[in-house]
Amino acid sequence: MSLHKLTAHEAHELLVKKEVSSYELTEAVFKRIDEVEDKVKAFVTITREAALEKAKAVDDKIKAGEQVKPLMGIPMVLKDNMCAQGVKTTCSSKILHNFVPPYNATVVEKLQEAGAIVVGKANMDEFAMGSSTETSAFAQTRNPWNTDCVPGGSSGGSAASVAADQGFYSLGSDTGGSIRQPASFCGVVGLKPTYGRVSRYGLIAFASSLDQIGPFAKDVEDCAQIMNVISGHDFRDSTSADVPVPDYTSFLNQDIKGLRVGIPKEYFVDGMDPEVEKSIRQAIAKLEELGAVCEEATLPHTEYALPVYYLIAPAEASSNLARYDGVRYGYRAEGAEDLLTMYKKSRSEGFGSEVKRRIMLGTYALSSGYYDAYYLKALKVRTLIKQDFDQAFEKFDVLVSPTAPSPAFRFGEKVDDPIQMYLSDIFTMSVNLAGIPGISIPCGLVNGLPVGLQLMGKHFDEGTLLKVAHAFEQSAGYYRNKPNL
Amino acid sequence: MPVQDYEVVIGLEVHSELKTKSKIFCTCTTEFGGDQNTHVCPVCLGLPGVLPVLNKQVVEYAMKAGLALNCKIAEFSKFDRKNYYYPDLPKNYQVSQFDLPIAEHGQIEIDLEDGSTKIIGVTRVHMEEDAGKLVHAGATISQADYSMVDYNRTGVPLIEIVSEPDMRSPEEAKAYLDKVKAILQYTEVSDCKMEEGSLRCDANISLRPWGQKEFGTKTELKNMNSFKALVKALEYEIERQASVLDEGGRIIQETRTWDENRGVTLSMRSKEEAHDYRYFPEPDLVPMVIDQAWVDRVRESLPELPDDRKKRLVAEYGLPEYDAGVITASKDLAEYFDECLKHFKDAKVIANWVMGELLKHLNAGDKDITECPIKPEHLAGLLALIEKGTISGKIAKTVFEGMWETGKTAEKIVEEQGLVQISDEGAIAAIVDQVVTANPQSVEDYKAGKERAIGFLVGQVMKETKGKANPGVVNKLLKERLDR
Repeated sequence: MSLHKLTAHEAHELLVKKEVSSYELTEAVFKRIDEVEDKVKAFVTITREAALEKAKAVDDKIKAGEQVKPLMGIPMVLKDNMCAQGVKTTCSSKILHNFVPPYNATVVEKLQEAGAIVVGKANMDEFAMGSSTETSAFAQTRNPWNTDCVPGGSSGGSAASVAADQGFYSLGSDTGGSIRQPASFCGVVGLKPTYGRVSRYGLIAFASSLDQIGPFAKDVEDCAQIMNVISGHDFRDSTSADVPVPDYTSFLNQDIKGLRVGIPKEYFVDGMDPEVEKSIRQAIAKLEELGAVCEEATLPHTEYALPVYYLIAPAEASSNLARYDGVRYGYRAEGAEDLLTMYKKSRSEGFGSEVKRRIMLGTYALSSGYYDAYYLKALKVRTLIKQDFDQAFEKFDVLVSPTAPSPAFRFGEKVDDPIQMYLSDIFTMSVNLAGIPGISIPCGLVNGLPVGLQLMGKHFDEGTLLKVAHAFEQSAGYYRNKPNL
Repeated sequence: MPVQDYEVVIGLEVHSELKTKSKIFCTCTTEFGGDQNTHVCPVCLGLPGVLPVLNKQVVEYAMKAGLALNCKIAEFSKFDRKNYYYPDLPKNYQVSQFDLPIAEHGQIEIDLEDGSTKIIGVTRVHMEEDAGKLVHAGATISQADYSMVDYNRTGVPLIEIVSEPDMRSPEEAKAYLDKVKAILQYTEVSDCKMEEGSLRCDANISLRPWGQKEFGTKTELKNMNSFKALVKALEYEIERQASVLDEGGRIIQETRTWDENRGVTLSMRSKEEAHDYRYFPEPDLVPMVIDQAWVDRVRESLPELPDDRKKRLVAEYGLPEYDAGVITASKDLAEYFDECLKHFKDAKVIANWVMGELLKHLNAGDKDITECPIKPEHLAGLLALIEKGTISGKIAKTVFEGMWETGKTAEKIVEEQGLVQISDEGAIAAIVDQVVTANPQSVEDYKAGKERAIGFLVGQVMKETKGKANPGVVNKLLKERLDR
């Protein structure tokens, strides 16, 4: 039996029936990692010994009669921007190449309580800045569907590891599409929860008002189970919301008859891959077949999302990344004679070019004399974008669009052209600006590469997204597609 | 033009550490001292991934200070990031408040030495986190081979109180700082210990010819570590700016640091080199909505403030304004005074002793009233002995010395040193006889109308009794004897 191919809930059933142990599941995952990691390069760090030890401990508990909770004993992967005590956490940056956090992120604590087995830390775009994982200082993660193509980004390692069965699920972070776009490229389910749904404590910040942690899963049911574990208010994160967390699995296997689905016309633009558009149209037809009422919607300020995003996110990043200065931890350049030189050399050598580009953009946007014209204006337009969604959700339960304008592209295709790279998040950024939840689910293949369908929902209405996603998934069956590695 | 041809304009920025138990955004202790880098955690060290959580007590203390400074408390307030690089600032930004501070539009009354008062505007009060401290391996930063950072102070809550440019002399600036300190101590939101850095003060100063409406170009003075340093730095800067202007020069807008050893201000950085702090709203914290009920609750919790206490001392005990001002300038001194009053009725006599001997001894020993070796009830006991006539006022000063040295009661000192006043007329009359007989010339002078001669004779009697004779009785008996 190829245990690594199972979904988390399938593996869970076997654990409950005592047909398999957590140790066996974990070993199977490491065997799979040994087989394919050379090709995929999804990891920055692999925590084999700690994982196997943890699996044994979980098995002991199960033997002792403890109830097997849904994610207990199931191996998973963390994006390398979430702090796990004693485990190197780098953000795929040279500047944090040796950083070992002395504390756990809230999500890591919650996963530990749930009995999860962390097999490693996933590669990513440096500080989550990028859409292809090519800005990582350490490795190029490859798309398991075609290793000449990027896995998307910034959570490319998290997405690729799940697509390649190197973990049953993973966590990523999404600031402008960093979960949904790689989920789309790698043919897995990726959910960006409502801002405030999941604690950011211990997530190394890129843009604080946009960042949100969320799951990558092999199917929607796993996604619901993971959301049950990681969601909820956290006193350590003042921006986390004190909103009750429903049992997300209760939204599975539900009827979507009469559900109002909006199709924002601004998301079907010239220059979009016609094959991708075809897949999306087919998916919409499937939703109608399932009884949903699909109509055109409008989000009039969509065209401003990209410029607004590229003012707000870099502005926050320029401040969030100021602490990496070589004084206390991380990379310090050799041979600096004074403080200012040490700062300059450490940061010049420690950060990659995309990170430096965004620090400069953000510093500029916040500078005296430019603040009102750029940052403040961007905040105002952000409010307009939010209002677009509020108005659309008066008429619709969910909005549907492509996750990305194209399937996975080839290495080097966009990395030297920032604007082209930024455009690959064109359909995902508005969701972060509005703070609403969004999910990407597989909706077909184009030239052997997966295409993702994005569903966008109301604040704290992840339940409806999961309901629609599950109905679609079960009916369309694309989730059964697996890459040949 | 001489200095007095310019009008001096001063505004102060006072930083005060709030004495909450824990830091502003984490649960680390705010205690002063401690081994280096022991009062720290991932949050105040600004490690990757951490987030701040606002300590509600800090908001309440800031509101308290704001109300005591007669400010309006904001209904909506938020934190902002102030971005600049320095090793004592672990995130390389300080969480502070920019355009929506917790309190604004206040004013306080300051007491001047001539007994008059003046109103000084308080522009705003805002909350922020303190930075750490650099420890140089050498006498100064430029002589050090390397420097280390102690982050214990990082994240200790501060309020910054910004005044209007309403002060017109270094004395007014000092009086303002005195009053701010008193108010913060009365409200118990800060210890205000300048030597521990829990009270710090920067000054903006400019000169303008009398009658000119526009302000002159200002300089900002930093690094004044005491009230004396503030006055000296301002005095120096006035002279410096006046001489620059006299020579037809222009004042450069810049930040200058006070060099205590050399007694001069030195240029730190010019306006062109000034930081662009790139303030923007702190996205890791949510804005504060402060409802009126909360403001009312905090207002009700305010204790009696210095001005009210001063008025009360004047009204209830008939103390002169000046005395009441001196006594209420420090909450602890005012408490000491009140404690004395519980054991001795005459407020004016207490005031005289507190403002005289007691403050003289405290200042000479560089002691705070809380470190005073004489307990208030013991001082009251001393005053009671004078009132009863057990000792004279003069002897009382000797007794006070003994009390200061030993901490014993006045009765004990008087008993041990045999200082009880001689009021027995028989005993004194004998000595009077003796003195009159021994000084015929003085007696003759007195009889010839030289009233002053009696003073000499009284002195002789006091000398014979080692100062213990009751001066009233001596005077009376001498007069009777001479007028016979």
